[in-house]
Amino acid sequence: MIRVILPPHLRTLAHVGSEVAVEVPSPVTIRSVLDALEDSYPMLRGTIRDHDTLNRRAFLRFFASEEDWSHEPTDKPLPESVASGKEPFVVIGAIAGG
Amino acid sequence: MSGVRVLVGTKKGAFILTSDGKREKWDVSRPHFAGWEMYHLKGSPADPNRIYASQSSGWFGQVIQRSDDGGKTWHQPGTPPGETTGPGGTPKGESNKFKYDASPETGKPLTTHQWYDGTQHPWEFKRVWHLEPSLTEPETVYAGVEDAALFKSTDGGKNWSELSGLRGHGTGPKWQPGAGGMCLHTIILDPSDPGRIYIAISAAGAFRTNDGGKTWKPINKGLKSQYIPDPTAEVGHCVHHVAMNKSRPDVLFMQKHWDVMRSDDAGENWREVSGNLPTDFGFVIDIHAHEPETIYVVPIKSDSEHYVPDGKLRVYRSRTGGQEWEALTNGLPQSNCYVNILRDAMAVDSLDKCGIYFGTTGGQVYASADAGESWNPIVRDLPAVLSVEVQTLA
Repeated sequence: MIRVILPPHLRTLAHVGSEVAVEVPSPVTIRSVLDALEDSYPMLRGTIRDHDTLNRRAFLRFFASEEDWSHEPTDKPLPESVASGKEPFVVIGAIAGG
Repeated sequence: MSGVRVLVGTKKGAFILTSDGKREKWDVSRPHFAGWEMYHLKGSPADPNRIYASQSSGWFGQVIQRSDDGGKTWHQPGTPPGETTGPGGTPKGESNKFKYDASPETGKPLTTHQWYDGTQHPWEFKRVWHLEPSLTEPETVYAGVEDAALFKSTDGGKNWSELSGLRGHGTGPKWQPGAGGMCLHTIILDPSDPGRIYIAISAAGAFRTNDGGKTWKPINKGLKSQYIPDPTAEVGHCVHHVAMNKSRPDVLFMQKHWDVMRSDDAGENWREVSGNLPTDFGFVIDIHAHEPETIYVVPIKSDSEHYVPDGKLRVYRSRTGGQEWEALTNGLPQSNCYVNILRDAMAVDSLDKCGIYFGTTGGQVYASADAGESWNPIVRDLPAVLSVEVQTLA
């Protein structure tokens, strides 16, 4: 299982806690993780990436193994630590508040 | 016993205020959708327990929410409460998908519109400003969106399709965004003719269809806007809001950027009725439920100073269909007040006497249970109010 950490507003929207686990077929990539996440929690469609283009929304970033993966190809395999479930794939919203 | 339910959208959540027919004591709900921008909530005239809500965020985009129990519980259409979400049997969850129509069947209306600098710019969906439920079918609802377009759902908000004849009718490349974006903010359904719909866009103007949304025409003759190159252009006017009394569907009142306007022929021609208003800039306009010549506006100082003049919050009422206006101040702050009242933040109930409601950017919702003679804040200190709607309950 792949662990995913969502920003608080999306946890509320999906009625989940701070971390969710989803089954992701190999290879484990940003695209396959988000596909699996949206299959399990369809209310998240359109909130992390655009419905049609599947581009990441501008104010969100993706992190894996403490590295910024926001601009990596979405079909690039994620680190083994994420693929094995040891570490989570993290979706982070831009800080607001000034 | 009759009662009212006031639906308040704010910058940081939605609130539902309820009272009996006396409208003296109010219950205020906890925040719904805390932290999200709630541009608009509106109940179905055909089923008061059915309420649609527009939930949006600069981070996460647009979400449509629906309640089937008068606002007690909510769900995204297509994801009903209690229904298991998970692989195999998961609902599609596409209720927040607003895709502009570019199909060959409808003439490829995905064109461009005018950008702030005068260049052409592609349409980009940003949010839903206004939801207008059908007068007769609880499952049917219209959505006015930014960038300006009109969408329709006939399955309770699960799926949306664009009424693309509006963007495709020909003037779209001349539409331009106002400071708040290029939004379709007003949708008025004619109770006497299911095919006739009025809409308004900032900054394009007002438009009407007579065939349920297939074909549209601009209805801006008589509007004069000194801030555009051709002050009497067919489109390009910054219409802030339009109101209609259901007993007289041919008579429309408009708060334009500057100027309060009136049409007696379904928008074909407009004339100014600003009369003795202290300033004719403003956003809201509404009509007494039982007196179609009684109109309410809240004058705002100017388009650069978006607050009420002289630090005084005054609703102005005309009982003559415009021109002659009186200030209503009883119960409203008359010093050190610098709030704005946004375009969808005024509503009327249909009780007798007619109740008038409006919300401010300072977070107050004021109500009058006597058609404007006296006012009380029915809630204070909410986040900035974006919209106010009222349901009159049997």
